[in-house]
Amino acid sequence: MATKASRSAARIMMAPAVVLLLGWMLVPLIMTLYFSFKRYLPLRGDSLDRGLDWVGFDNYVRFISSSSFWPSVQTTLVMVGGVLIITVVLGILLAMLLDQPFFGQGVVRILVIAPFFVMPTVSALVWKNMMMDPVNGVLSHLWRFFGAEPVSWLSDVPLGSIVLIVSWQWLPFATLILLTAIQSLDSEQLEAAEMDGAPPLRRFWHIVLPHLSRAITIVILIQTIFLLSIFAEIFVTTGGAFGTRTLTYLIFQRVIDSQNIGLGSAGGVYAIILANIVAIFLMRIVGKNLDK
Amino acid sequence: MGQIQLKQVTKSFGDVQVIPPLDLTIQDGEFTVFVGPSGCGKSTLLRLIAGLEDITTGTIEIDGKDATDVVPAKRGLAMVFQSYALYPHMSVRKNIAFPLRMAKMDQAEIDKRVEAAASVLNLTDYLDRRPGQLSGGQRQRVAIGRAIVREPAAFLFDEPLSNLDAALRVGMRLEISELHERLKTTMIYVTHDQVEAMTMADKIVVLQAGVIEQVGSPLELYRTPRNLFVAGFIGSPKMNFIEGEEAAKHNTTTIGIRPEHIDVVEANGQWQGTVGVAEHLGSDTFFHIHNTGLAETLTVRAIGDVSLRHGDTIHLNPRIEEIHRFDAAGLRIA
Repeated sequence: MATKASRSAARIMMAPAVVLLLGWMLVPLIMTLYFSFKRYLPLRGDSLDRGLDWVGFDNYVRFISSSSFWPSVQTTLVMVGGVLIITVVLGILLAMLLDQPFFGQGVVRILVIAPFFVMPTVSALVWKNMMMDPVNGVLSHLWRFFGAEPVSWLSDVPLGSIVLIVSWQWLPFATLILLTAIQSLDSEQLEAAEMDGAPPLRRFWHIVLPHLSRAITIVILIQTIFLLSIFAEIFVTTGGAFGTRTLTYLIFQRVIDSQNIGLGSAGGVYAIILANIVAIFLMRIVGKNLDK
Repeated sequence: MGQIQLKQVTKSFGDVQVIPPLDLTIQDGEFTVFVGPSGCGKSTLLRLIAGLEDITTGTIEIDGKDATDVVPAKRGLAMVFQSYALYPHMSVRKNIAFPLRMAKMDQAEIDKRVEAAASVLNLTDYLDRRPGQLSGGQRQRVAIGRAIVREPAAFLFDEPLSNLDAALRVGMRLEISELHERLKTTMIYVTHDQVEAMTMADKIVVLQAGVIEQVGSPLELYRTPRNLFVAGFIGSPKMNFIEGEEAAKHNTTTIGIRPEHIDVVEANGQWQGTVGVAEHLGSDTFFHIHNTGLAETLTVRAIGDVSLRHGDTIHLNPRIEEIHRFDAAGLRIA
């Protein structure tokens, strides 16, 4: 990219991709914004052909004053936070374990990554019917084996169950990123710390963890983006019941179940705002790590 | 205090024995250099002393106490690594203070020692920087600083200068030698560079394939190399080895003579040949001489700028008293 010619060539070649991606992002965004200011109830005969009524901020006020709004925000944050904590903590431990030399290391690493390749819908179904079913599930058999009363997971601890399912899916991602980060740690640094008199736990705290901070930041940021839009796992398991209705799911219900596109679009705009607040918040906390 | 004694130490990785039984004593306050070609086991030996590798059999004693099974941190040794192994997320101050913090020393004492080490090593202005913002030589000094604050019984250096450029290497060589003069602490220094070994050491240990070839002061090794390997390894440029007829005149199979012990004469020299490459350094001239009938090339050092060029015929006189004789097994004949 040294010469003027190569720079402009690069720009021209990039342009189609940039235009396409920009359009991909802008069209739905503008349509959402447009609908959010309109009364749009298809079942009552509203349609784009006949023209929609402008209702100002009515949809926004109704969405936020609904009794399900704040609980849904809270559920979203609990779910995202729970999955992040579980995946990062277990991810670090698993990564350190997989970094040790042992027989069959290659096979085990591939097995660990496997859950990531399972579609969310499928993994939720597998967990619901195979693992968590209160009568025939593997977990219920396990509980009975130890003489305990089987837990009916999805109705007794619904939010926890979904966090568990989603964590299972995202743990491989966290482990993979953290494993590559651990492998890039200079072993002489650990040896130096050992010579300096740091016992294993303090070596982990003073050397390994700071080395991983950047990878942890990346895991948290990427996962947050995807976790805010969890849908399939809720749809397949609880259908939003028992306090598992996240903001994403609430918007889905407003649009599909209540057939109120305007209200749902207003919710979508709130979701964008929430995502940005979370993103800015995260960037502030962890952004320092990316500067290094 | 810092006397280190290795008794019948061996090290095997799997079935491969990299260090056959080895005995070595390093006296308190001595600057000992382990030197040898790469892969000769010198770094492994250092790591055995440090405790970073377990020895397979034998014992290591530090100050007369058995340290074979003592963990690295408790051996009272400090190590400077080839890559420096500084902690990148910590400032220079925290890097140097790290071993003291691990020893749970109180903050005032830590500050005092860090300041003292920094002033010795000219690092005072850099204490709040991160290692990434320092030059190679400064990083090297931080690594040394981290070692000296602990006031260890001995310092272990693992090829510490190999990542520096030539000019800086000469400078750091002097600094480390001065540090040794000032601290009088035992130092063990691993290098593959015989110049570093000759200039810094009180005692050189020449290793090859895990075996100690010779132990002695630099000049001892230079004057009386025990065998062909040491003779060829110590001294720069390398000693010339001559076999055959010329060696037979000295009643042996191989004779060796250093380039600086052959005189260039105008005419009627004992030996003669054609100049191949002539390296004119100003203070010295190195001639690589062919067609002598003695060896494929003969290296000769002449003092000053001798105006012989490529292709010229050169006459040489070896100094008979400086000729080293080696028997068929490669051992020195006195």
